[in-house]
Amino acid sequence: MSWFADLLGPWRGFTVTFRQMFKPKLTVQYPKVKRVKPQRFHGRHVLNRYPDGMEKCIGCELCAGVCPARCIYVRGADNPPDDPVSPGERFGFVYEINMLRCIFCAMCVEACPTEAITMTHLFEMSVTDREEGIFTKDGLLVEPDGTPNHPLPDTPLIDINELKLGDGWMRATSPSGRAAFEGIEAWSPSARMGGQAPAEPAQESSQLPAASLQPETARDTSPEPEDASPEAEDASPEAEGESS
Amino acid sequence: MEDFIVAGVKVLIAFAFLFGVVLLLVWVERRIVAFMQNRIGPNRAGPMGILQTLADGVKLMFKESITPDRAEVVLYLAAPVMALLPALLIFLVIPVGAPITIGDNTYTLQVTDLNVGVLYILALSSMAVYAITFAGWSSGSKYPLLGSVRASAQMISYEAAMGLAIVPVIMFNGTTSLAGIVEAQGGTYFGFIPAWNIVLLPSFVVFLIAAFAETNRAPFDLVEAEQEIVGGFHTEYSGLRFALFFLAEYINMFTMSALTVTLFLGGWQGPVFGPTVLVWLLPVFWFLLKTAVVLFFFIWVRGTLPRMRYDQLMAFGWKRLIPVSLAWIILAMVAVGVRRFGLPWA
Repeated sequence: MSWFADLLGPWRGFTVTFRQMFKPKLTVQYPKVKRVKPQRFHGRHVLNRYPDGMEKCIGCELCAGVCPARCIYVRGADNPPDDPVSPGERFGFVYEINMLRCIFCAMCVEACPTEAITMTHLFEMSVTDREEGIFTKDGLLVEPDGTPNHPLPDTPLIDINELKLGDGWMRATSPSGRAAFEGIEAWSPSARMGGQAPAEPAQESSQLPAASLQPETARDTSPEPEDASPEAEDASPEAEGESS
Repeated sequence: MEDFIVAGVKVLIAFAFLFGVVLLLVWVERRIVAFMQNRIGPNRAGPMGILQTLADGVKLMFKESITPDRAEVVLYLAAPVMALLPALLIFLVIPVGAPITIGDNTYTLQVTDLNVGVLYILALSSMAVYAITFAGWSSGSKYPLLGSVRASAQMISYEAAMGLAIVPVIMFNGTTSLAGIVEAQGGTYFGFIPAWNIVLLPSFVVFLIAAFAETNRAPFDLVEAEQEIVGGFHTEYSGLRFALFFLAEYINMFTMSALTVTLFLGGWQGPVFGPTVLVWLLPVFWFLLKTAVVLFFFIWVRGTLPRMRYDQLMAFGWKRLIPVSLAWIILAMVAVGVRRFGLPWA
């Protein structure tokens, strides 16, 4: 009967296509339905602030140097002594990212010594003009209370809350590279993330006192009001008490 | 005078019907193929995307119709019309329903019942190859030329197979009028098997395969082979002229399906009952239902089979289809002869 099977062989392909017609569809109707993004998704960058509202960027231009697409332009300036913008000596005076060139590799995030630049989950950044594709510091930097900015007009596509979600680099390792921090956010406190910190103090990673570092295993996207206050050293012990 | 009015109304209805069918058919094909590939397909324009073809057509109308510098302008401009005309004209002889009697007048549901209907169809479907050949040649570009060379070879070879596949039908039914062929398929064998010409199974299979080749559909779409010759004969066409080719392709697909139904699947024959209106409409319904099934098969094949290689295509046409058709013609000839004159030794 093998000749019979041979005869039917070519026709079995027809049963395959016929069966597929009744299977669930794989298409995700994007603007209506949004897929859950992977935790380590590389979306738009944000420039972070410390919980006390200070900018993290120190204008070192390491991100610009490491960028393979050469899409970052940074110019540093000395901090005014009476009204410092960042805790360091200098701050990022001009910070521009050409999002049309960016390849979202997150090497700038790896290079940044102060964790000033991180990536988020927002990727809806279509523009109608090349000029609009260049995001300046106004659009990149978060507000002192941690609210992210988006330089493009608000549309139903843009979920501004995605800018509050951290990228994979922040979850993968601590800045010191300790594997113990796998899966948790082990970064220096920032206004945007609600001032979360590693499970154990990571001295070398923070310019803030160790007392302000608190354990947090689950990511909290809503900034805690304590951390938004300018006095970080006052606020942090309270926050520690809440979470423990 | 009345004949003229009736004919004019029929022609208008037939053309409107064809364009409506094409609008639906393109959308249906895209949806079905999408479903076979676990996709959704066009579902935006109108309910379930049913107006997608209309939207595409409007878009094409507003696009620039480019004429290449090296084109042979007269043929280049004539080719899309030449492609559309035979596709439209073939449909005119296909009966879509049983004749309707109102008062003393009987109206046939086909524009005209030619007594050489089958020959008319064969003649017109060979006209289609001219359009494609001219389109490819006059574009003054290499890919269209390759496409049109493929088209002329392919369509001429499969034209022969198709003609040979129809011969047993003509012998069996004893007429070349399509209305006559459908009439002859009425009744049943043994009281329950409908007496359709599908009993001439080899003819049916050969005809169906040749129909795929004639309409340049997968797996015989070497003429347009997007991956090899970037669309073939219509590479250089854009805008409304491209839309005409597109229209012609889908009208061809529909008329070929309608022809398959007429020749082999009993046309509008089917159970008819109920009040007068139902008696008028049911044959049309059966005809459309059978055509839809054949069209689904066209789409199903497209969703399933990969494109054939060119030498396979030619070898299959000349070394398989035509010998099979010839042998089957001889068999059918004997059978018809025996049926009419009895066994030679009896």
